[in-house]
Amino acid sequence: MATPTIETPRSGRVSPGYSRTPGSRGNFEMIAWLFMRISGAILVVLIFVHLYVNLVAGDGITGIDFGFVAGKWASPFWQIWDLTMLWLAMLHGTNGIRVIINDYAEKNSTRMWLKGVLYTSTVVIVVLGTLVIFTFDPCPVIDGVAHVADYCPAP
Amino acid sequence: MSTETIEKEPASKVELAPGVGGGGEIPTFDITLKVRRYNPEVSDEAHWDEWQLTMYGTDRVLDALHKVKWEHDGSVSFRRSCAHGVCGSDAMRINGRNRLACKTLLKDLDTSKPILVEPIKGLPVEKDLIVDMEPFFQSYREIMPFLVSKGHEPSKERLQSAEERERYDDTTKCILCAACTSSCPVFWTDGQYFGPAAIVNAHRFIFDSRDDAGDMRLEILNDKEGVWRCRTTFNCSEACPRGIQVTKAISEVKQAILTRKI
Ligand code: HEM
Ligand code: SF4
Ligand code: FES
Repeated sequence: MATPTIETPRSGRVSPGYSRTPGSRGNFEMIAWLFMRISGAILVVLIFVHLYVNLVAGDGITGIDFGFVAGKWASPFWQIWDLTMLWLAMLHGTNGIRVIINDYAEKNSTRMWLKGVLYTSTVVIVVLGTLVIFTFDPCPVIDGVAHVADYCPAP
Repeated sequence: MSTETIEKEPASKVELAPGVGGGGEIPTFDITLKVRRYNPEVSDEAHWDEWQLTMYGTDRVLDALHKVKWEHDGSVSFRRSCAHGVCGSDAMRINGRNRLACKTLLKDLDTSKPILVEPIKGLPVEKDLIVDMEPFFQSYREIMPFLVSKGHEPSKERLQSAEERERYDDTTKCILCAACTSSCPVFWTDGQYFGPAAIVNAHRFIFDSRDDAGDMRLEILNDKEGVWRCRTTFNCSEACPRGIQVTKAISEVKQAILTRKI
């Protein structure tokens, strides 16, 4: 005699749109949540020191020009500072938008497209930004001609 | 042990004279009740119906709905059972806020404008103010809302100190009305989020010293659709007719998951 199976009470009665796909465990969402808070706290320091140094200290806002940026990026300290700020702000901002997409997109296909656009632009900006910080050369030599400004070392 | 229930109701719009006693002395006033009607057997579109009613100063929105159903239009459909804020059947959207119709006095609403009554949002409407609560209860069942204890069955009651009991006192007060879950914008989007009520009821056992399945519940709520979807908007805390600090309970569950993992 076959063993009778007893269904879970009311099983199969939940509207299909509401049933959750199981197996989506793992700690990703927890890590993302934690990252938002930690990166946020670090960004407060990075952003406000950045704003102060650029806009208030020294000649203030009138002191900002090509030479000012070139001077900052000649120092590894500001290179690392700006790199950290770029990466943290981009990952923080991207995760923030990812969360907003999850909250507002109603269909999985819309979600997929929006996130595709989001991740592509993040990669482009992070890669470009990193390249600029490390390959920036304020005194380039183009076709054998040195473009020398007063802040460049004498050739 | 008494825990205060803080009810943020607006100041009374209609003052009752001190010393009013018998039924005949209770002041009356006129209201316009607008109810969002939906009957899939007639039309796929919902529409508003409205009634002018003369109500008493002691009447609640539920009494106005009863008056409509019993004296004007018997087809108006809504759930109610206890009529005293205990069973959790009659959560609805009243003037844009989730409340229990049986706990909302008409005099506390703005009676100069029509009073709008809609079904709670985010769950499939079946008829008028009745929604399909199954998705809500499914999430509730998933967090295992029952005591799980390891070891031998004790021959006496399971003892607990007053402090241990106090730890989860707030979340024992839930009546499963769904006012919180159906006020949550994250739940409105696609109904995948476990929702505040499931987390509140998980909290009730996670922080119960007699329960041994806290880790399992934390693991369940560490899901993609679990506590991390909460955006701390506080809609749930504001909606809860039992005054439960729902958002706080959710944060405590988040903290518990974090401390367990790290
Ligand atoms: C100034 C320091 C910053 C702090 C302290 C901070 C903090 C936070 C925190 C804690 C969250 C999570 C909110 C939640 O989970 O409900 C968040 C979300 C977000 N952040 Fe930041 N953040 C900062 C800077 C930035 C910057 C520079 C950007 C842009 C690149 C940004 C973009 C976002 C976005 C888009 C969200 C998602 C919004 C939401 O969930 O409602 N934040 N931020
Ligand atoms: S937590 Fe409050 S609002 Fe939510 S279901 Fe329980 S009693 Fe209702
Ligand atoms: S009818 Fe029971 S809570 Fe309102």
